[in-house]
Amino acid sequence: MRITQGCFSFLPDLDDVQITAQVEYCLANDWAIGVEYTDDPHPRNTYWEMWGNPMFDLRDAKGVMMELDECRKAHPDAYIRLNAFDDTRGVESVKMSFIVNRPGTEPTIHMQRTDFVGRSQKYAWDVRR
Amino acid sequence: MKPDPEIEAAEAVPTTVDLAAEYEASGVDDVLRELDEELVGLEPVKRRIRETAALLLVDRARRNMGLSQDTPTLHMCFTGNPGTGKTTVALKMAGLLHRLGYVRKGHLVSVTRDDLVGQYIGHTAPKTKEVLKKAMGGVLFIDEAYYLYKPDNERDYGQEAIEILLQVMENTRDDLVVIMAGYADRMDRFFGANPGFRSRIAHHVDFPDYADGELMGIAEQMLAGQNYRLDTGARAALGEYIALRRQQPHFANARSLRNALDRARLRQANRLFAECKGPLTADDLSTIGAPDIRASRVFEGGLDVDRPPRQGEPT
Repeated sequence: MRITQGCFSFLPDLDDVQITAQVEYCLANDWAIGVEYTDDPHPRNTYWEMWGNPMFDLRDAKGVMMELDECRKAHPDAYIRLNAFDDTRGVESVKMSFIVNRPGTEPTIHMQRTDFVGRSQKYAWDVRR
Repeated sequence: MKPDPEIEAAEAVPTTVDLAAEYEASGVDDVLRELDEELVGLEPVKRRIRETAALLLVDRARRNMGLSQDTPTLHMCFTGNPGTGKTTVALKMAGLLHRLGYVRKGHLVSVTRDDLVGQYIGHTAPKTKEVLKKAMGGVLFIDEAYYLYKPDNERDYGQEAIEILLQVMENTRDDLVVIMAGYADRMDRFFGANPGFRSRIAHHVDFPDYADGELMGIAEQMLAGQNYRLDTGARAALGEYIALRRQQPHFANARSLRNALDRARLRQANRLFAECKGPLTADDLSTIGAPDIRASRVFEGGLDVDRPPRQGEPT
């Protein structure tokens, strides 16, 4: 099942040229870029593994693409996303986040419905491969 | 060489190129003119840069016509004594390459060994990569590049930085131009020990020392930039100063001169304080006189540490 998180996730996957263009947009706004990856796309899994530190003071998207390529090489079957951090408010807040790599076959997110006291129901989701 | 059928086919294509128009449109002219106006002397360097610009312009036209696909190797090596304008020219080169479209952003990242080489195992690679990422789309200027390689210490981390640099110089020729700078003889030894670099660097530019007259011109340009001027006595004194300073150790061309002028300004300020009785005009405030320059230690044989002890003097 296709995971839809962050920007552009309902669109077809971005190719490298499109990713570069998006990164250029981020850099033009003076945002720092971080590369993160995970094998658990559960919506509650907010904090993904960081691939190195976020990159500050870059001038060109190529620097990000280099790191992304390294990350893809190391984790070809993981979800990889790029986060853009804006520091105008004094904290590095995420302004933009988009998935740039998906595993060949994506896991499904399964919903578990449980009966509870007084006909109420509890819902839970788990990632299944 | 026998005529390449591909070239003939391309020539048959009606798309002709007007090099003069290309030259006008690229804005290279501005950079070259700035180079001429702002840099005194350095004729061989300017000539080399003009040649390089012509080559790149033609190459770009060829690429537009589909005659060649490869990005030419643009990595350069600037050799010359300190203070001969290597960094300044590198900055201009970045602008030039940007106008010609060979680098996307055209900024200059200037680094030395400390910025590339780490302190402990596993520190060098991230550090070097960080610098390279920042330099992407621009020009990486490595000052005194030979310090990267220390042959007397085989466990030196510089070697690791060199390997990463070589790899990136080869793989990302579209994205990054590396300029290395340093003394000619030590650079030669560095290239001798790292043949990979020599083959990857296409342009070697040698920066000659400035002649006395050129240094004088530089001095006047520097002072004019700060709204100072030399009076006739001071000009003669500075001429003598340059000739004397050149004989002494640690002479760094324009940089020595800049320091000398900074000190002259200091002495001028002190002199104005000491002798002024009445109101001063703007002209007084901006004129450097002969005594401001003659007070330099250079006229007494240089710094104490550099001078051989005189007779009867305790060492």
